[in-house]
Amino acid sequence: MTQIVYFSTKSGNTRRLVEKLQRDAKRIPFESGEPLPVTTEPYVLIFPTYGGGEVKGAVPKPVIHFLNDERNRRHLRGVVGAGNTNFGTAYCLGAHIVARKCQVPLLHCFELLGTPEDVAILHQELDRV
Amino acid sequence: MLSRVNAINWNRLEDEKDLEVWNRLTSNFWLPEKIPLSNDVPSWQTLTAAEKQLTIRVFTGLTLLDTIQGSVGAPTLMKSARTPHEEAVYTNIAFMESVHARSYSSIFSTLCSTREVDDAFRWSEENPLLQKKANLILERYDADDVMKQQIASVFLESFLFYSGFYLPMHWSSHAKLTNTADLIRLIIRDEAVHGYYIGYKFQQRYQEASAERQEEIKAFAFDLMFELYENEVRYTQSLYDEVGLTEDVKKFLHYNANKALMNLGFEPLFPKSTTDVDATIMAALSPGADENHDFFSGSGSSYVIGKAVATEDEDWAF
Ligand SMILES: Cc1cc2nc3c(=O)[nH]c(=O)nc-3n(C[C@H](O)[C@H](O)[C@H](O)COP(=O)(O)O)c2cc1C
Ligand SMILES: [Fe+2]
Ligand SMILES: [Fe+2]
Repeated sequence: MTQIVYFSTKSGNTRRLVEKLQRDAKRIPFESGEPLPVTTEPYVLIFPTYGGGEVKGAVPKPVIHFLNDERNRRHLRGVVGAGNTNFGTAYCLGAHIVARKCQVPLLHCFELLGTPEDVAILHQELDRV
Repeated sequence: MLSRVNAINWNRLEDEKDLEVWNRLTSNFWLPEKIPLSNDVPSWQTLTAAEKQLTIRVFTGLTLLDTIQGSVGAPTLMKSARTPHEEAVYTNIAFMESVHARSYSSIFSTLCSTREVDDAFRWSEENPLLQKKANLILERYDADDVMKQQIASVFLESFLFYSGFYLPMHWSSHAKLTNTADLIRLIIRDEAVHGYYIGYKFQQRYQEASAERQEEIKAFAFDLMFELYENEVRYTQSLYDEVGLTEDVKKFLHYNANKALMNLGFEPLFPKSTTDVDATIMAALSPGADENHDFFSGSGSSYVIGKAVATEDEDWAF
């Protein structure tokens, strides 16, 4: 089964969505200095956008550092974006950027904690990839 | 004995979110002069008298909420801030609310006559539904319960504005008042960070509370949401029935009520069948909300983002 790797800051919205999925999941730590996970199997990456409407900062730094490891890029099968439509054109922009840079599909975008429908869609997508 | 007074040290943080949000809010700083509102004058002339009156009233209602949040809401939260940095973030929020309130007057002075505007302000003082909405919040700010103040504040930031924000998104989806809509989008972005941050500070206290206290607070939050919601529906009907938009505005209310609850860490309340806002409104709010939307080609702001991607972050190593 496809693994989940996710990033979530201290506000923990994305963490709570991932917990609702009740699937095997690894967290990219948000404190700098903590070791980043190295993947050995196919996985889907879930993370929030944090650019505040701008391109700069859209992908959180720990996610960039995680993807800078070639092994983690090799196993990446898809991206799921967390965000808030209040950020207009930058809604889930970080996920769009990573999907394009790594040439993998953007599977889904959701807001904040996600709705029950988001959870259902994510199960479907995770079973499919 | 004199009590000791501490100077704020941004190099010693108790909560890194304070600095992160401070940095985001300060780098997002803007003033209404940045937006060429006068380009909307020809488009304003195409609105009927009723549409003009509706728009001015809606913006006056929004002005009232920003005024409350700038002069009462954020200063109230400041008093119970746990860190000097949290306090500083509220000073920024308070100031930006004043910028928001100021912006509506810039729109008015560009598009409307003094008489039309004076009429709308009088309307806002006399309208029982708008006054009730303001008072429901102010009562909670007055009572000495920090978590309840935070809940009221998140509901103002993340729910109460949206009956008003709907209208400029509607005009924008019809290619009307598009510069005004650009200004409103800046406000909408600011409100997202405000609602997020106050909700985050609320959740820290909520996590520390006893089970009984959590139960009390959660019940309070849902009761207040229902009370505000009921009033919002009537306010929405009184404004939008005439232009036939009430049903879709209500969906927008449900959608944003869910997000306000999520900012407090509670699960969404309204089911999907009641939150499916018209796609053109969602597109006006967030052109990227559709996953099939291609950020990297096309035109307008998405094109600008596409060009910027190559140079976006020095940390990328591939
Ligand atoms: C400072 C700040 C900037 C944000 N910028 C964006 C953005 O550009 N685009 C977006 O879709 N969401 C943006 N968001 C919303 C977050 O992605 C959203 O709140 C998410 O649920 C946070 O996840 P977390 O709690 O797991 O860290 C921003 C939030 C904050 C606080
Ligand atoms: Fe505001
Ligand atoms: Fe605000």
